[in-house]
Amino acid sequence: MTDAAELRTRTRELLAEYPPATTEPLDFLKARFDAGLAWVHYPAGLGGLDVPRSLQAVVDAELAAAGAPDNDPRRIGIGLGMAAPTVLKYGTEEQKRRFLRPLWVGEEVWCQLFSEPGAGSDLAALGTRAVRDGDDWVVDGQKVWTSSAHLARWAILIARTDPALPKHQGISYFICDMTDPGVEVRPLRQITGEAEFNEVFLTGVRIPDAHRLGEVGAGWKVAQTTLMNERVSIGGMRIPREGGMIGPVARAWRERPELRTHDLHQRLLALWVEAEVARLTGERLRQQLVAGQPGPEGSGMKLAFARLNQEISGLEVELLGQEGLLYSDWTMRRPELVDFTGRDAGYRYLRSKGNSIEGGTSEVLLNIVAERVLGLPAEPRNDKDVAWKDLAR
Amino acid sequence: MTAEQATPDLLYSEAEDDLRAAVRSLLTDRTDTPAALARAESDTPCDPELWRALGAGMELAGLLVPEKLGGQGASHREAAVVLEEIGRSVAPVPFLTSAVIATETLLALGDGKGEVTSLVRELASGHRTAALVVPFSAGPHGVRLPGTLTGTVSAVADAATADVLLVPTGAGLYAVDAAEAAIVPLTPLDLTRPLAAVTLDGLPGALLAGPDATLAAVRRGLLAGAGLLASEQLGVAEWCLTETVAYTRERKQFNRPVGSFQALKHRMAQLWLEVVSARAAARNAADALATGSPETPLAAAVAQAYCARVAVHAAEECVQLHGGIGMTWEHPAHLYLKRAKSAQIALGSAGEHRAAIAELVELPAP
Repeated sequence: MTDAAELRTRTRELLAEYPPATTEPLDFLKARFDAGLAWVHYPAGLGGLDVPRSLQAVVDAELAAAGAPDNDPRRIGIGLGMAAPTVLKYGTEEQKRRFLRPLWVGEEVWCQLFSEPGAGSDLAALGTRAVRDGDDWVVDGQKVWTSSAHLARWAILIARTDPALPKHQGISYFICDMTDPGVEVRPLRQITGEAEFNEVFLTGVRIPDAHRLGEVGAGWKVAQTTLMNERVSIGGMRIPREGGMIGPVARAWRERPELRTHDLHQRLLALWVEAEVARLTGERLRQQLVAGQPGPEGSGMKLAFARLNQEISGLEVELLGQEGLLYSDWTMRRPELVDFTGRDAGYRYLRSKGNSIEGGTSEVLLNIVAERVLGLPAEPRNDKDVAWKDLAR
Repeated sequence: MTAEQATPDLLYSEAEDDLRAAVRSLLTDRTDTPAALARAESDTPCDPELWRALGAGMELAGLLVPEKLGGQGASHREAAVVLEEIGRSVAPVPFLTSAVIATETLLALGDGKGEVTSLVRELASGHRTAALVVPFSAGPHGVRLPGTLTGTVSAVADAATADVLLVPTGAGLYAVDAAEAAIVPLTPLDLTRPLAAVTLDGLPGALLAGPDATLAAVRRGLLAGAGLLASEQLGVAEWCLTETVAYTRERKQFNRPVGSFQALKHRMAQLWLEVVSARAAARNAADALATGSPETPLAAAVAQAYCARVAVHAAEECVQLHGGIGMTWEHPAHLYLKRAKSAQIALGSAGEHRAAIAELVELPAP
């Protein structure tokens, strides 16, 4: 069993052999992966050492102290947070060896081809078709809300392989090559003026059967792994006090006394308390995970942060008064990174509207909490046992 | 706020889980709604036998008192767990008022004075209780003391059953034998927390501390009370949510359980999120009090400003989602609603706590 002291030693050996100051960042990252120090809870040979995830902090602290380069996790968030755990759980040995290393070192960016214009909250109703043709699948359909699609080398894709089965049963899960000539990526401009997301049109895209994850028809089950990891990564970030959306408005309050009113003061304090309690709730969730007592609180954190981000950024626009009438810039751009608390108050207000939609709407998440955490009965449904092709659309 | 904060322990230890199980078991055996309702309208609205079992029998009265003074030498973390269970059962016992607020006030006076020490020992034994003679609405930030032993203090919690009254005045802190005082029981909104008016005029009292020490000790007692009341509010909210979920899973209208309607289940899921958050806030306050953290005033204020509203919201939803039965005297929901609504005022309103936060984190009023 590898303990903290042993991990520290291994990390120091890595640093001695590949001094960050004189090593190309990509070479250092590859060496780190091969030393099992990329994600220590992953298996040996796949960037990890089969030790508890909590020990990653030991490695990260050593590396940070030595000024080692990181893999810019925000740029490859979908790969790290969603594709990797799914490949790890459902991939063949060959798939794991092929995909995980370039994913982790950041050589290959990933995107997610799940949502469709006709399948949002009801994702299982998706209509993108994958038809078997020899050793390949031929894929036709349209996906939407795909961040990083214009940068991505690979995509995780769910498509319908059997329309005669009920909707959850006829889906399969693939790894799609984004350089295939049948993939067309178009920017999707959003209310902030920029295009952080894309529409992806798939026309005769060929995917080798060797790039299928899980059994044919088991795609919905495989996708659950991806989606649970998405919600954890959206809601589970560690933040210091005033580290989230409350930070900019608190700073503005302190630095600009001329903006203060009694009404705004009361509302600011109420939101400050809620932001602090949300921070503590996230902290408690992390302590539970470290102590090996995972609780259902994770499903709630995204709900809390979505609402708070919206209310706080809305207050900030009001606080700014006359300046709140202005917006920094409506120019159409395709940003590589998204920072919910970045840019100006108007941007934060508009961007946070997406927080209660992306990664599961708040309404769907409330259903999940009610049914899976509280054990309340599901709404009666009339679509579960009907062939997908016979559903109303 | 750029200062680094120490990370509080927001979980429950095994010992705390064991304590909870023991307290819950006793409270489950000894409390029920018909008895609680009968007691609420009787001459003894508190439950002295239950308090004997909890305070003396389980030795909870001395949780906060060091062993050398005859207590358990435990901490606010354990007291918070006890309060969660008291909240969950709306038990009419003077734990918060005597074992937390009065005891903490006396402990804050420090070592030395023989009368203080012997009083602490008596309270720790659970055989006697004390009430701090301030209105139950007084919080650590806004408490005002009478200049001398004159006038009447209204809405003093658990005064009618207390053996000793701790009377803070501008001239110092007095211990008064409750048998000597004019104590008039009032009709409380919260049927399970007795209130009384205490008339101070001409009371014979022993002076325990001078004016400066008194104000600091009273503030500390009320700070501990406010910080730990959050755990009682958490217990109230948890009971309300659990009961509401259980009821709406069983209750059928339109040929299906009413808990399957999204209009209802979303409200319960939202409440669950609030309860989860209240737990983090309440644990944070308890841990800060237990460890003597410099952030204790902020942690307590945040917990009160947040948990008070959660308890009220949970109790109001409990009544509403139970429908007609929730409006009856027979169903216990109203006991929780009354406890929650009173607790929202107790030990400083949310507004007072937010005003304190404004100072503590430098977000000043215009």
